[in-house]
Amino acid sequence: MTAAQAQLSGMSRFGAAALRRTGSYVLPFAVLAAAWQFASLFFPPFLFPSLVDVFWRCLSIVGDWSQFSDVVATVLRILAGLAGAFAIGALFAVMMARSRAVHDFLSPILTLFQGIPALSWVVFAIIWFHGIEPRIFFIMVMTTLPAFSFQILGALQAMSRDLTEMVMSFRPTRLKLFRSMIIPAVLPDILTAWKVNLGNASRVVVVAELVGATGGVGYELLQQQQVFDMVGALAWTLQLVFFVLIVQAILTLIERIAFRYRAVSERTL
Amino acid sequence: MAIQLAGVSKVFGKPGSAGAYLAVDKIDLQVEQGQMLALLGKTGCGKSTIFNMVAGLTEPTEGRVTVDGRNPFGDFDAFRGRMAIVFQNDRLLPWRTAVQNVELGLEILEKSASERRGIAMSWLEKLGLRGHENDYPHALSGGMRQRVSIARAFATNANILLCDEPFSALDEMTARRLRGEFVRLVKENGKTAIFITHSINEALEIGDRIIVLKRPATIALDIPHKETDFREHEEAIRKRIQDVLAA
Ligand SMILES: Nc1ncnc2c1ncn2[C@@H]1O[C@H](COP(=O)(O)OP(=O)(O)O)[C@@H](O)[C@H]1O
Ligand SMILES: [Mg+2]
Repeated sequence: MTAAQAQLSGMSRFGAAALRRTGSYVLPFAVLAAAWQFASLFFPPFLFPSLVDVFWRCLSIVGDWSQFSDVVATVLRILAGLAGAFAIGALFAVMMARSRAVHDFLSPILTLFQGIPALSWVVFAIIWFHGIEPRIFFIMVMTTLPAFSFQILGALQAMSRDLTEMVMSFRPTRLKLFRSMIIPAVLPDILTAWKVNLGNASRVVVVAELVGATGGVGYELLQQQQVFDMVGALAWTLQLVFFVLIVQAILTLIERIAFRYRAVSERTL
Repeated sequence: MAIQLAGVSKVFGKPGSAGAYLAVDKIDLQVEQGQMLALLGKTGCGKSTIFNMVAGLTEPTEGRVTVDGRNPFGDFDAFRGRMAIVFQNDRLLPWRTAVQNVELGLEILEKSASERRGIAMSWLEKLGLRGHENDYPHALSGGMRQRVSIARAFATNANILLCDEPFSALDEMTARRLRGEFVRLVKENGKTAIFITHSINEALEIGDRIIVLKRPATIALDIPHKETDFREHEEAIRKRIQDVLAA
């Protein structure tokens, strides 16, 4: 084989591998879609509409700013809520990790919050707050705060004591300890926490929007329900699903870049 | 006097309670400037506990530890840049390359990026790690990782070096070579060092004074180098240490 041939076959092997990877990613969605499409042949459209119609409806949402702005509004609400919950959760977690007393005080409260359904927070928010956005922000923060706090606390507690003592032995300032030890050590768990809470938040946000909002995916879903438009319901749901998939992909990419340092075992779990 | 322990005890758990464990029992010890002290004892006799108290990572239950006249636990930050530690395991940060690991102490000392890189590279070179500066720890062998951690300790140019069995996890060949390099570097740079070990050979090779500990850590034998010439009396010294350890 000449060098050029070898390179060619190498490239096609690489291409085949990429194809296989994409294929294995797409396959479950394709099976699901095919099953749905199959059902649409036997059921009336208001139960199982054709995915072709759903596809066109999706395009029309994305292409029309007056509709797409609803998607953007919902996305911003999710991100704002997560950012707020993350900031407060990180603060709580650091305080709990530093002090037994704070831990024993906050931990039961957060556990209690975890047991409160999202819908209850919706009701509380409507009673306590006036504006739409403060209500939604409150609901988003309260529903994701416990998970964020416990996940970050877990990451802090799982930090290697050996490595922390090693860094401490150089007598760093608190800021330097944070930058060179704590942040890199907890980053993997923080990214995982974001992935998990992103899914939760995108499910909660529509509930929050159902009651009271005059825009957003939740509001639009309510409209579809009132006219029994299954195509619209699916198309609006897919907007959120796509958003979650895109952000998950971005987080995965960040993981891949940030955790290059990890040894990769050739034998997987 | 560089390092001083006066009546130092350490009890783990609540003193007086059932679970309390006396790890160090009223130790008095002085290490002079420029001395290389080998602290020898069997596993579990309290060597690391003494080490952690001198490093300021643990507080003595009783007595006083002073390093350069100050309390390493209480005046913790005062020792920035004055004490360097080589641990039993290399304790490299897995998310940093070899050279970035060596730079850690220099970052904490606020050295500029170029100065840091220069110092770190020269230490890696001295320890024979040229060409591996950009490797992550997982890609280095145990001996190489421990050399990176030695470079990290020396790079800050601290006057006091504390080493807790730094070579015990390595094979004997690698350990011997690193011991040689280590003794040379300490002597060349005029450091005061406490070197903890459970190996008589290592203590004889490294220390210019050997202290043998018995459990719970009390001094069983103190062999200052001024009294004896190690090389001449090595066999006699080894015999004495063995007798004490066996008792
Ligand atoms: N944090 C701790 N809590 C309770 N016991 C400890 C702790 N650290 C060490 N010990 C006990 O103190 C004794 C001395 O330990 P150590 O100083 O690590 O010994 P060495 O380094 O000589 O092997 C051991 O019996 C150990 O079990
Ligand atoms: Mg030990």
